[in-house]
Amino acid sequence: MADEPLVLGIETSCDETGVGIVRGHTLLADAVASSVDDHARYGGVVPEIASRAHLEAMVPTIQRALKEAGVAASDLDGIAVTAGPGLAGALLVGVSAAKAYAYALGKPLYGVNHLASHICVDQLEHGALPEPTMALLVSGGHSSLLLAPDITSDVRPLGSTIDDAAGEAFDKVARVLGLGFPGGPAVDRHARDGDPKAIRFPRGLTGPRDAPYDFSFSGLKTAVARWVEAQRRDGLDVPVADVAASFQEAVVDVLTRKAIRACKEHGVDHLMIGGGVAANSRLRSLALERCEDAGIVLRVPRRALCTDNGAMVAALGAEMVARNRPSSTWDLPADSSLPVTEVSVPGHSHPHPEEHTHSHDHVHELSKDNLY
Amino acid sequence: MTAALHDGGRVLAESTVVDARRHGELLMPAVDRVLGEAGAAIGDVTGIVVGTGPGPYTGLRVGLVTAAAFGDALGVPVHGICTLDGIAYAAGLAGVEGPFVVATDARRKEVYWARYDSPREPVTEPAVDRPADIAQAVAGLPAVGAGAALYPEVFTDVRAPEHQSAGALAALGALRLAEGAEFAPPLPLYLRRPDAQVPAGYKAVLPK
Ligand SMILES: [Zn+2]
Repeated sequence: MADEPLVLGIETSCDETGVGIVRGHTLLADAVASSVDDHARYGGVVPEIASRAHLEAMVPTIQRALKEAGVAASDLDGIAVTAGPGLAGALLVGVSAAKAYAYALGKPLYGVNHLASHICVDQLEHGALPEPTMALLVSGGHSSLLLAPDITSDVRPLGSTIDDAAGEAFDKVARVLGLGFPGGPAVDRHARDGDPKAIRFPRGLTGPRDAPYDFSFSGLKTAVARWVEAQRRDGLDVPVADVAASFQEAVVDVLTRKAIRACKEHGVDHLMIGGGVAANSRLRSLALERCEDAGIVLRVPRRALCTDNGAMVAALGAEMVARNRPSSTWDLPADSSLPVTEVSVPGHSHPHPEEHTHSHDHVHELSKDNLY
Repeated sequence: MTAALHDGGRVLAESTVVDARRHGELLMPAVDRVLGEAGAAIGDVTGIVVGTGPGPYTGLRVGLVTAAAFGDALGVPVHGICTLDGIAYAAGLAGVEGPFVVATDARRKEVYWARYDSPREPVTEPAVDRPADIAQAVAGLPAVGAGAALYPEVFTDVRAPEHQSAGALAALGALRLAEGAEFAPPLPLYLRRPDAQVPAGYKAVLPK
């Protein structure tokens, strides 16, 4: 439908410069420039290197996305950008670019939450999100269970990791096994030839008195390292495929078990899985199996939409426009620790909750008509 | 953080705020304010001049990406000017003549600096150094910039201005445009390699 909102989204929270363009629930372009190779030799994302790469890639990636989508910048209904959470300096490059494009083109600006965007991207794959949706977000930066009654305004954290993110555990185990960075795809690949039951690694926070929706992967990571070191110390070969498969099984077992439990206990019949780790083949297959058993509909977007990208930000921006949500002010900050409950950031001029009595003096939101 | 609008003849409006940590929040409201004061709209702008540093990276990137995005969205050229050249030009406007030094705060007990024969004639490339290491090179010369004010034992003749002004930067840009002079590409002068700690292998958890 031509009257659906046409939105460009910019994502720079980590090492990918992502620019996506969507019309409503339709993906028109998804351009990504990644600096991952620049970080590989450090074994992790180096913030200053990421920020430098974003600055270089920003304008060319926007131009590429517009060309791919076959639309003119002047046709856009809005520009959305990740305002947080993420690396502060990296976020700031995207936020600054988004402001300049929005201001120069006379379009509303939407500063949105990275995590909510990860959920909303599935609208590009499977259509409108049911309300509420349960979402399991797993990546190198996040491991969260979120209940989303309204993806533009109401996202509730049920649980998250208390130590390492799931993706971090993959990276660290890959390093122990000498598989390189990023670890997720490497572990997944080796695990295919291994036996997931070969070694029984611990399942963190699954005891009866543990927080039902929180995760812990630090103990698992340490257990894998100890096991591998013990083998080496005793002069035994390390069965890389079996270790990878058994570790991976421990991670996805806990993730899916808790996600299904959250769905059941909240009466939600849809589970969305997103984030870079959602590309893991075993997570997908186990989640599908367990969802089918529990009568839950599983929604996992294609791999390219699971990792960080601009399309997910555009998807949430388009939903914001469609639902007439307020746009952001020009003093929109980049907030490296933006809580997931803040789905969008109307800008500094917006009152804090405790200042509600003065809200009329401070609210100064922009519509399409009064941008200048 | 400084923004100004120049019409080729004079500065129409300028906004300067010294706040090293909030460039991202302050810049676009400042642009909006400056345009409003001048009674102009962003679409009236025919070119962008941007400071390329050296300077603190985060703020530098905010300025450069904003300029690049403006340039792309408006279809106008973006011209880079070394930040130290901008301050040198402002020093000239403030009455500093003859050989002098521009030094800004590079943090970590270092300064970004360059020597000038006159406000438009740099004689050294921008560099980052510890003040004590350049004491001989700058001895006896007047010095401008916040970095000079920080190290009075090295910069013994500190003059105004202390900070960059977009008005002076735009004026210098307008002059160079009128002369058909070359601009620097609108790319950052970092002068330092990125801080990147290579993790020292993985840490063994079992006692050896
Ligand atoms: Zn992410």
